[in-house]
Amino acid sequence: MRVLLVDDEIELVSTLAERLTLRGFQVDWFAAPLDALAAVRDNPYDVAVLDVKIPKMGGLELKKEMERLQPKLRFIFMTGHGSLEDFEAGVDEAGAGFYLVKPVNIEVLTEKIRQLSAEEGNHP
Amino acid sequence: MQLMSIFKPKFWDYEDVAAGPFKHLFNFRRIWKQTVFLTLAVTLSPLIFMAAIDYRVSREAIDTDIQLRTARLVSNTRRSVTFFLEERKSALSYVTHDNLLEDIMSHERLADILEHLKHSFGGFTDLGAIDERGIQKAYAGPYQLEGVDYSQEQWYREVLERGSFVSDVFLGVRQTPHFVIAIRCHCPTGLPYVLRATIDTDKFNDLFAGLDVAGHGDVFIINRRGILQTASHTYGAVLDPVPLPVPPFSERSEVIDTADLDLNPTVIGYAYIEDTPFILMICKNKRELMLPWKATQLEILMFLTVSVVAILLVILWGASFLVSRIHDADQKRVATLHQVEYSNKMASIGRLAAVVAHEINNPLAVINEKAGLIKDLFLLKESYAADEKLLGLLDSIIKSVERCGAITRRLLGFARHMGGPPSIQRIEIKDVIHEVLGLLGKEASYRAIEVSVDVPDNLPGIESDLGKIQQVLINLLNNAFAAVSDGGHITVKVRKLDEYLAVAVVDDGCGIPEADRKRIFEPFFSTKTTRGGTGLGLSITYGLIKDLGGEVQVESELGQGTTFTVTLPLVRKPEKGSDNACSVGG
Repeated sequence: MRVLLVDDEIELVSTLAERLTLRGFQVDWFAAPLDALAAVRDNPYDVAVLDVKIPKMGGLELKKEMERLQPKLRFIFMTGHGSLEDFEAGVDEAGAGFYLVKPVNIEVLTEKIRQLSAEEGNHP
Repeated sequence: MQLMSIFKPKFWDYEDVAAGPFKHLFNFRRIWKQTVFLTLAVTLSPLIFMAAIDYRVSREAIDTDIQLRTARLVSNTRRSVTFFLEERKSALSYVTHDNLLEDIMSHERLADILEHLKHSFGGFTDLGAIDERGIQKAYAGPYQLEGVDYSQEQWYREVLERGSFVSDVFLGVRQTPHFVIAIRCHCPTGLPYVLRATIDTDKFNDLFAGLDVAGHGDVFIINRRGILQTASHTYGAVLDPVPLPVPPFSERSEVIDTADLDLNPTVIGYAYIEDTPFILMICKNKRELMLPWKATQLEILMFLTVSVVAILLVILWGASFLVSRIHDADQKRVATLHQVEYSNKMASIGRLAAVVAHEINNPLAVINEKAGLIKDLFLLKESYAADEKLLGLLDSIIKSVERCGAITRRLLGFARHMGGPPSIQRIEIKDVIHEVLGLLGKEASYRAIEVSVDVPDNLPGIESDLGKIQQVLINLLNNAFAAVSDGGHITVKVRKLDEYLAVAVVDDGCGIPEADRKRIFEPFFSTKTTRGGTGLGLSITYGLIKDLGGEVQVESELGQGTTFTVTLPLVRKPEKGSDNACSVGG
């Protein structure tokens, strides 16, 4: 199962990637949205975990770009700002399935990734 | 408005210290004084001026009227007295022409004539005929006076000289007041003789008795030496001297204003009666004459007084009422100013809280992941996986991070509702209460305050502004925390009342004195000023509850506790002028 992680906080995203790897996922992580887009262009991913606020390109915008490249890609958002309710409204509008508020619980994140993959039926 | 507040309105001693030195637009005392004095001046001056003019004019009119009436009475009476005397002189003259000298000089005939005169005219007492030598040749009357020589008497010479004579009144032998009328005649030989008659003054008195003189008037006759010729009921009997100066001679009737011996103002009308020593006097007590006028003036004065008092009361009431309204409006203005300042402050705090929460959140997330990774790695290695102490330390770090995360989430939730435009949403009051109590939970546990929540399960949600409801609950609970002592009890109760939810915050703290209870919602009223209270909490709470379309009530018993009950509508009604409210709040 391939997971893409994008967050401008390198310390966070790298550690998170390592933890997910330990849990059996194949993880690529990026701090820059353009690098992430390039990766999506070249590699198939099952789930993308995006920060809502990424410099140069917002998380929701990045999601649209990625969807264009890989329509089957599913998304999870992480936010460190604003309230859950505000974010929920924004995500609903963008059509995303899941959102988590930082700091995220790794077990919850793992569970969500598995859940999304199962919906698609790609992986058990 | 109570009676006292008319004279001393409540703004008189009001000093809004909290408003600061430059926020006062009005000097209420000065406005009140200006209004009262200006209105009093324009209303009372014409009234008093008119009353004064009326007093002067009517007094002059009544004075003139009294003088005219007195002068008319004097003239009429003088005419009567003159006519009386002339009538008797004419009667005597007729007797001399109708009788031969021999008849007049005979006692029998003279007695007949006297009888006729008494019968026809009255007042005649006796009758005598005196020849050219001054010897009384014939006499008819009660005495034997024939042969008396009058040649040396003053009156005899006067009558020969002037043709007629009227004497002063005198008592004479009979001790009854009378006077003498004498006329001169000529016998056929050309020698003069005199016919003399004595007249009783009772006739005079009869003349005056019929007069109706106002003001306890007194009509009498004096001679030119000031001796009473007829009785006066004020100044004494006949032949007493009158205690008044003899008025100066005048051919016409005159009226003078003077004062009698007791200094009573007196009006005296007088007239000299021609060819006699008599002066007719009519005295009137001026005070008596002025009584009707004075009664009218008293009525006018009373009316004036009542009017002035009524005007004064109305003006004082009006000024107090209007200036109080301005004062109330100004207080509302200042309160609104405070509220706007407070809203801005809360908005700033909200923004600050959001920034702090966000800035902390990111490093917190990193700590969380790092600690998580260490734990993951430890779990993979058997030697570490068995080390419970290391895992325990890591769990402790992760739990602390979770706690911090909960705090930042709560801060962000708080910041979202501060100062922004009203955001109406469906709210479960139970959740809000628990959320707010979560913020205050630490203090409760430190101070061993028992906080209980009594909310029925089947309560409907309400449409309202979550941020405002949170602030209201935080403020009321903060108050309750301040009121109870350590180990006290606080209960939050919710009940449904028709279309409203009643949220009651009950504490068993110190209670609020009755005197303070009316003022607790006023801005800057605080009993905790020495302990850092701003006095804003409850006034802001009150404003917020009003914004939500709700009501707040307070019940308190000193030493027993306090209950604040907030009633909130289930469905938010559209408020008037909400657009303006938004633009002001923004």
